[in-house]
Amino acid sequence: MYINDDLARIPPIAQLVVIGNGMAAMRTVEELLKHEGGKRYRITVFGAEPHVNYNRIMLSSVLAGDKQLDEIVINPREWYEENGIRLITGDEVTAIDRDARTVTSANGICVPYDRLLIATGSKPLAPRIPGLELPGVCAFRDIADVDKMLAAARTHRHAVVIGGGLLGLEAAWGLRQRGMSVALVHLMPTLMERQLDAAAGQLLQRDLDRRGIAFFTEGQTKEITGVDHAESVLLEDGREIPADLVVLAIGIRPRIELAVAAGLEINRGIVVGDDMRTSDPLIFAVGECVEHRGQVFGLVAPIWDQAKVCGARLAGDQAAIFASKALSTSLKITGVEVFSAGALMAADESDEEIMLRDESSGVYKKIVLRDGRLVGVVLYGHVVDGQWYLKLMRDKEDVSALRERLVFGKAFAEAESGGAQAVDYEAMRDDTQICGCNGVCKGDIVKAIRTLKLTTLSEVRAHTKASASCGQCTGQVEEILAYAAGVDAKATKKTVCDCTEADHDEVRAAIRTQQLKSMDAVRAALAWKKPEGCHKCRPALNYYLLCEWPGEYQDDASSRFVNERLHANIQKDGTYSVVPRMWGGLTTPAELHAIADVAEKFKIPTVKVTGGQRIDLLGVKKEDLPAVWSDLGQAGLVSGHAYAKGLRTVKTCVGKEWCRFGTQDSTGLGVKLEKMCWGSWTPHKVKFAVSGCPRNCAEASIKDLGVICIDAGYDLLVGGNGGVDVRVTDLLVRVSTEDEVLQYAGAFMQLYREEAHYMERSAPWIARVGIDYVKRRLVEDAEGREQLCQRFLYSQTFARVDPWHERASGVAAEAFQPLPELAGALA
Amino acid sequence: MSAHDWKNIGPLESIPRSGSRRLCLRQAGRPIAVFRTRDDEVFALIDECPHKRGPLSEGLVSGKTVTCPLHNWGIALDSGEAVAPDEGRAGPIPLRVVDGNIHVYLPEPAVEAIA
Repeated sequence: MYINDDLARIPPIAQLVVIGNGMAAMRTVEELLKHEGGKRYRITVFGAEPHVNYNRIMLSSVLAGDKQLDEIVINPREWYEENGIRLITGDEVTAIDRDARTVTSANGICVPYDRLLIATGSKPLAPRIPGLELPGVCAFRDIADVDKMLAAARTHRHAVVIGGGLLGLEAAWGLRQRGMSVALVHLMPTLMERQLDAAAGQLLQRDLDRRGIAFFTEGQTKEITGVDHAESVLLEDGREIPADLVVLAIGIRPRIELAVAAGLEINRGIVVGDDMRTSDPLIFAVGECVEHRGQVFGLVAPIWDQAKVCGARLAGDQAAIFASKALSTSLKITGVEVFSAGALMAADESDEEIMLRDESSGVYKKIVLRDGRLVGVVLYGHVVDGQWYLKLMRDKEDVSALRERLVFGKAFAEAESGGAQAVDYEAMRDDTQICGCNGVCKGDIVKAIRTLKLTTLSEVRAHTKASASCGQCTGQVEEILAYAAGVDAKATKKTVCDCTEADHDEVRAAIRTQQLKSMDAVRAALAWKKPEGCHKCRPALNYYLLCEWPGEYQDDASSRFVNERLHANIQKDGTYSVVPRMWGGLTTPAELHAIADVAEKFKIPTVKVTGGQRIDLLGVKKEDLPAVWSDLGQAGLVSGHAYAKGLRTVKTCVGKEWCRFGTQDSTGLGVKLEKMCWGSWTPHKVKFAVSGCPRNCAEASIKDLGVICIDAGYDLLVGGNGGVDVRVTDLLVRVSTEDEVLQYAGAFMQLYREEAHYMERSAPWIARVGIDYVKRRLVEDAEGREQLCQRFLYSQTFARVDPWHERASGVAAEAFQPLPELAGALA
Repeated sequence: MSAHDWKNIGPLESIPRSGSRRLCLRQAGRPIAVFRTRDDEVFALIDECPHKRGPLSEGLVSGKTVTCPLHNWGIALDSGEAVAPDEGRAGPIPLRVVDGNIHVYLPEPAVEAIA
């Protein structure tokens, strides 16, 4: 026992006795001390635990090793002293005498009160089963419990947690982190069923299962067995789980014995009114021990509200009222993101549920709407918008206008509705970097716009280089232009380039409808300003013509970027890199020998494995390229088109041929896809992947076209991107045969080839036209799909040519050699 | 201007239209690019972009401008000046066409490029 009994500095006017030294109690005292009226009390605090006030919520972080005990202390002993509070810890109040207005402790300390605050909290519920008394069985409630669990983790192996709610899961995770083998027994079919719907509960179980926690759902515990110590947990259905440590976490119950004995009004908890008074007006109660309007409390947010009201009332405020608000829950398990608030599902037919579910990336969102208002939200995997949803619920905002976008989150809903101005450029610091490629800050852009009186995006680009490289920040640069130039900013139509007023779609339409078959014809028909075009429009026109007139239009090498002209990637020192194709990521000893020989023979300085399951030879001299290709070609290696706006890699996993989880021949399918699509020209680069099971080792969900094999067939995913602007694929369709996969792939390639803008990856293209449009064209229109695929295969008959082989055989040989001086100078 | 300072690099046709070739010859160790426009005009420049020394001979030639393949700077073929607002210059090399052969003016002892 400890008492800081040297406090006579403040003359006591009224005595406040606080039973409980937990979070609710001390928050109430803190709130009280904020008020002038708080100074009239002499405060005495009784705490049953030997510790100062600590953050009980963080116990699971201490257990998991994320925090130390001293980090979770809220108020150290000095705080009590500084505030003149008499603190008695390690001593429990055993009686309240309402007539005499005194409380008495186990150690016989008797303190009179003018006002009494009961904050006795809750106690863990225990199931009625044999074996609870065995050593090795504990709850998860206080520091003493955590000490027991940590001690067990140091010396024992098997832990069983009973209860799959918030607390049980955190206990299980903490013990797992401490190296124990952990089983969790839960009575209900899904975890956290009070906070999560079944779908989210299942995702949670799946994720934690992968993290090594074994689940026994619908498990009714019968008995904890053991002689001198817990040995196992026995379930009603006969299953037996070895257990050196058993943690009970099936729930909590308000700790009310003292209040019952004192004759206060009790139901499930100590009944309080909106003013936090019990049935005795001199006695207040807060926290987990109270019941307010039929509700008891286990989460911290409403308890903070209670503390505020109670502190104000004790200080003499006659108006403070407690009302419980919509609550939210989140789970403290590193890397597992869960958020829920309000209704978990529609209560009746007039309620609406809107769901978004992305199984492979583990994201699930559900919102529940009632009369145009948000009444519930469950988020799994991606929870950043949780507080935003909660605010919409609490404010009872009419969200009808956002209905269709709401489930996608704050940024999307508000951006599309034009509601909130996304960024305040006035407030943004001048040194905030806007363009990462060129290192251009907001201040640079604003200065250039103002001093040079720039009014268009292309001018801003030319002068500052902002958005001139990858273009990802174009939108931001345009917004800054609008902000800095104000009304002067001209709305810019996205023309192909400055040579023309036409946009990409207009150019493509003209080529098709007017049967334009050369670049000159296109430039003439659309009144190009420069007869020869520029470095922007020429590659675009060349591609559009090639796509529209396969077999007819002759590719114009002079309109191709150097990489596509030389079939290798230029590096910053003017050398090139060479990446041979490895079909589906497969290679052979002979190919590897050839690559090794080439690297040695041509003294290639760097050999690197790429992210696309191939080998990159870096630092090849331009004039060596044909000879390198010739040597590689003799081993059967062809161009990997790592330089092309065309099919790059088809990444695969090993699939069912080797993998114990594989459901289909993902490698073989990858090879087929690559054989079908290689050599094609597309608006921008294209990457495929095929994963043999939903574990998705080939990362198919961030590819332009991804296939995820499942037992029943294949999920086709489109529009993913792993680059600057990461985008997860959309599910296009589920099919059952490889032939269907190939047909869809061909049709998808052709739709992308025919309709995307030059230099537009499939991700922004689909973001622009919408996945529904792509589904209409490819899934709903079977005939159209067939025709698209046919057009693709026809164009492939001209495209599946190895450019390396051609050049190794002498095609365009002069392009690789510098021009010599002719013998004999002019006389 | 000695006649020996003019080096014959062969016929116009050895350079692709709207294209360029790098020469084996160098000027004080620096590479030289010869460009041929769509209208068969020819120009020679030091083959280094003033920005990061990218090989201009690998750039796209449009009109009388070449675009550097590394960072898309535009360089005027006649003067070697970067297109505004970029600033810098790739040194122009005097050039003439005699009997269909291109001659570049390299008065200093030209050094063979390392092939």
